[in-house]
Amino acid sequence: MTLLTAMLAVPTQLVHLSAVDLAIIIFYFALVLSIGWYLKGRANTGEDFFMAGREMTAWVAGLSFLSANLGALELMGWAGSAYQYGILAAHWYWIGAIPAMLFLALVMMPFYYISKTHSVPGYLKLRFGEPSRALSAVSFAFMTVLMSGVNMFAMAKVMQIVLGWDINFSIWVSSLTVAIYVTLGGLRSAIFNEVLQFFLIWAGALLIPILGLYEAGGWSNLKLQIAQRASEQYVHLWAGLGSFSNNPMGINWVGIVFGLAVVISMGYWTTDFLVVQRILAAKDIRSAEMAPIIGAGFKMLVPIIVILPGLLGLAVLPEKLVPESVATLTGAHSYNDVLPLMMARYFGPGLLGLGVTALIAGFMSGMAGNVSAFTTVWTYDIYRPLINKRGSDHHYVNMGRWTTIVGVLISVGTAYLVMQFASIMDYVQALFSFFIAPLFGTVVLGMLWKRATAAGGFWGLLCGTLCSISMWTWVKVDPAALRYVALSPHAKGLAQDMYQALWSFITCVVVTVMVSLATKPVPEAALNGLVYGLTEVPSIGQVHFYEKPLFWAAVVAVFFFVLNIIFW
Amino acid sequence: MKDNFSISIWFFIGISLAVDGALILSAGIYRLLNPPSSPTVVLFNLHADVWWGALLLAVGLFYCFRFSPRRQP
Repeated sequence: MTLLTAMLAVPTQLVHLSAVDLAIIIFYFALVLSIGWYLKGRANTGEDFFMAGREMTAWVAGLSFLSANLGALELMGWAGSAYQYGILAAHWYWIGAIPAMLFLALVMMPFYYISKTHSVPGYLKLRFGEPSRALSAVSFAFMTVLMSGVNMFAMAKVMQIVLGWDINFSIWVSSLTVAIYVTLGGLRSAIFNEVLQFFLIWAGALLIPILGLYEAGGWSNLKLQIAQRASEQYVHLWAGLGSFSNNPMGINWVGIVFGLAVVISMGYWTTDFLVVQRILAAKDIRSAEMAPIIGAGFKMLVPIIVILPGLLGLAVLPEKLVPESVATLTGAHSYNDVLPLMMARYFGPGLLGLGVTALIAGFMSGMAGNVSAFTTVWTYDIYRPLINKRGSDHHYVNMGRWTTIVGVLISVGTAYLVMQFASIMDYVQALFSFFIAPLFGTVVLGMLWKRATAAGGFWGLLCGTLCSISMWTWVKVDPAALRYVALSPHAKGLAQDMYQALWSFITCVVVTVMVSLATKPVPEAALNGLVYGLTEVPSIGQVHFYEKPLFWAAVVAVFFFVLNIIFW
Repeated sequence: MKDNFSISIWFFIGISLAVDGALILSAGIYRLLNPPSSPTVVLFNLHADVWWGALLLAVGLFYCFRFSPRRQP
């Protein structure tokens, strides 16, 4: 009770919680811990603890796949981006996600699934050998816990600003809760809680666009108000992307299509083990293919609770929000505050508790995803092959439980490090982006091109990563270099991310091809089950056309094109 | 949809939505009967907490019933 009183005592907060709000939040924590406790007896073997027994249905795997990505910072950050850049931010939910998710479902998932790998680095071991796996596993494990810590600090900071909660309280309560339920129930517990969190996020956030559109007078009136208060370009997805200078984001269609859609989103959705792990837990090949398609269907709807509140904030909020740097100096609200501000505008007691629970749930689902992925990669791709090859299954499960606790503690340590040295946050976020694009190049070449060799895979991955680091360092040292990286003097920050990923992907592919052609081919017999053309993909059986993944992928694709045309 | 457990994840979701819905509905009805002299939220007159809480409660109860452990094989 003392802690709760302390939480409510801080005067400079956006919203004030009532007793019913606190009851909803406390009930949420009790429920997620109960789920972990209930599942603790079902995580006794390695397959149970690390892969959830590979018995998840398509719906559970698909919603968990999406939920692991739907963190609170994602919600608040992209709502803020929608306020700042308009509907262009929706590209990260549509062209920056849907094609990649469908590609994962129809092309890549069969290889991941039938190889029975425990992880993406595990696939690299099978296809390219130990050096590629070690490079990928170490970088992924290291970056995952660091990112988890950065997100933890950012979330605690948000809770301090929005609710006035003590930053230490937020860090320790949320991280210990995640540590307990993942340690008890393993991946199954993480997945179950992610599905629960998915529902809570929608229940807590969907009311904002409903009430916001009512207040704004519908979509047509909203567009008119945005055009008056900002610019007409804020409500067009593609019309302003002909040149860098014709849209608020300072990017062109080449960066969005090739940098974001072809490289970054493909890299993230098909090779980031944080999300792919959820699909690997599917019970059969059809479920494994359907899960990303179900995720894609709901991903298309996420802009309703993320982008639309940002756009509504442009129209209905009386104050003008400012960049974070200005907000720090002036005390005004920043772009990132738009979602809490909209909550405070419409939500009374009870609803506010649900909205805050949605943010906490989003944060915890992201953290549980990071921790469970880190645990699997550490145990199966670093500890077992490099440190202790002869342990029993029981030993590796125990290692997984301890790694979960250690992973959370490292994340907490990182959060406190970021608290002392704020600039670390930028470096860690940049570091994470270094690995995604080249890893996609390596994995996709490995799956689709039988001539790719172990040496080609390793050197392509290494050179692509170094290329990314070099360009980032170049622009950091000399910001004017952005015009060369993004090929335009009008390019802005986000364009750097897109073009940096594009160049590192191209470097990875070129180096992989050249080194592979110069080295001895891998015998085809050794590639069975790993490469397209040499692998017989198991049939999903005799099912109706409406039960086939291809049918639902086509349905999602049609909706995707329609949405892009409507908001062109 | 059934998973191979005696308690389905959908049942837990039902409990969560039902309890949250009941709390929000209760708070909404209280404010409907005892309206504040100066509402602190925009569109207070729509009483979103009443109908949104009722909706969550209804969906939650449906999930609790449909995926009740007693109905699992």
